[in-house]
Amino acid sequence: MSTLAYAAHDSRTMLRRNLRHMWRYPTLTLMVAGIPVVLLLLFVYVFGGTLGAGLGGPAGGRADYLAYVTPGILLIAVAGVAQGTAISVAMDMTEGIIARFRTMAIFRPSILTGHVVSAMTQTAASLAIVLAVAVLIGFRPTASPVEWAAAVGVLAMIALAITWLSVACGLVSKTVEAASNLPMPLMLLPFLSSGFVPTESMPTALRWFAEYQPFTPFIETLRGLLLGTAIGNSAAVAVAWCVGITLVSFLWARAAFNRDPGPAAT
Amino acid sequence: MTSPTARSAIAVAGLRKSFGDKVVLDGIDLQVTEGTIFALLGPNGAGKTTMVHILSTLIGADAGEVAVGGHDLAQEPDAVRAVIGVTGQFSAVDQLLTGEENLILMADLRHLDRAEGRRRAAELLDRFDLVEAARKPAGTYSGGMRRRLDLAMTLVGDPRIIFLDEPTAGLDPRSRRTMWQLIRELVAAGVTIFLTTQYLEEADELADQVAVLDHGRLIAEGAPETLKRRVPGGHIRLQFADQEGLESAARALEASARDDDALTLEVPSDGGVRSLRGLLDQLDGASVEVDSLSVHLPDLDDVFLALTGQPDKERATLP
Repeated sequence: MSTLAYAAHDSRTMLRRNLRHMWRYPTLTLMVAGIPVVLLLLFVYVFGGTLGAGLGGPAGGRADYLAYVTPGILLIAVAGVAQGTAISVAMDMTEGIIARFRTMAIFRPSILTGHVVSAMTQTAASLAIVLAVAVLIGFRPTASPVEWAAAVGVLAMIALAITWLSVACGLVSKTVEAASNLPMPLMLLPFLSSGFVPTESMPTALRWFAEYQPFTPFIETLRGLLLGTAIGNSAAVAVAWCVGITLVSFLWARAAFNRDPGPAAT
Repeated sequence: MTSPTARSAIAVAGLRKSFGDKVVLDGIDLQVTEGTIFALLGPNGAGKTTMVHILSTLIGADAGEVAVGGHDLAQEPDAVRAVIGVTGQFSAVDQLLTGEENLILMADLRHLDRAEGRRRAAELLDRFDLVEAARKPAGTYSGGMRRRLDLAMTLVGDPRIIFLDEPTAGLDPRSRRTMWQLIRELVAAGVTIFLTTQYLEEADELADQVAVLDHGRLIAEGAPETLKRRVPGGHIRLQFADQEGLESAARALEASARDDDALTLEVPSDGGVRSLRGLLDQLDGASVEVDSLSVHLPDLDDVFLALTGQPDKERATLP
């Protein structure tokens, strides 16, 4: 086998290991998908009537707000998986098996790609669940097949960027507790964007922040693709953010993983 | 020391490692001959685990030349990794996978084909007495089972050199005996073993060569027998029925220790028949009645105490 074939073989082996973990202990996976569903129902049925009226659309109300908030909830789902990923990476690094892997002649990055690909799988499942619930309660996207494909592509890019970021967070965390806290801002950022209320309704400083943080272009792009609102330069900005975050996080994760593990515990 | 003609599985010269200001290994030189068991003996914090971590490519050294299996550690780490196996002090098994899945994972990473991997896993489960637990998650295993699975995983790739970092720490006596037996079988099959331990009995039992590590330096090296011969401490213990016997024996003999509560007396001896006969003659001459008698040869505990017990004294390096 060539080096490349070994790399692919080892990556598949590691992915199998990660998927098996997920399959055997589904509670974390289900919790991660459950939180965005609960938020969706909460925002639509509790706040939706009032917030929808504030949107100033022709129909107004709950149905309008469901359409408005769904892209934001989808990103909450992505961020939720990221938190789980950081935790499982940090937990994995405390296990002796990782030290064993490091003393074997294997393609080392496969340990990380196993986590990344399994997290992407989990994100896809989580997004499908959230979207299904949204459609069930009346979300009606107007996207054409091409726009759907583009939306899936954008979500995949965002998920890849956020996943590598969470893998890096998991690697640099000294404890599992720290790993669960580090990606916390990712859960908050969608709230401080155009995901839940239009940024125009925010006070100036917050509004400025909301307009320049990555989640606003992410959400505007998704909203445009799914519902036909104006996208403007959001798509280009979103892609740039994705590429940037992926690259920086990948290099960060790689450096953290290649560092010698600390002194012996004894 | 090993003869220069014998092939070295592990050759270390001038190895140094510090973590920050703390010097953990301070110039280590050692040779391990192929097909033998080498025991690195030392108390907690002596640097044993760091030594294994470096030799098994887990962490880098600060200075020194190291060759494992004929490959330079710094230049060809992957060539070294291909011939070694490591079983750590903290079990290196995947707790969430079953025993069988753990073994197949190793087979996959050693790039064995599917059928061969399954065959190897089944064979190792059988050999390590894990067939019944094969389909249970490794996290539910007892300490002894986990350690056996750990070693089985190491063996999947047929390594020529195996590092065992405190392989029996925390095991009950029966599991420890099983582990020793497994280690002996490996060496009989031509594998080289580098093991660390704080149990002197273990080094004595298993090792061809022992090195004593303390504060990052090797303070003694040699065959267990050689080390033991260097250290005084052999004695004969006499047990008396009453105080009277003890008193008269103490008058007749030159005792090295006396315990009035236990009614015992210790007399220095090399444990040979001649000196034993001499002692009995002396006791007969003084008409002393001895209840029982036992011969104590110095064990590695004595070696260890003699070498590391007195931090202020100059420590002799044994040849």
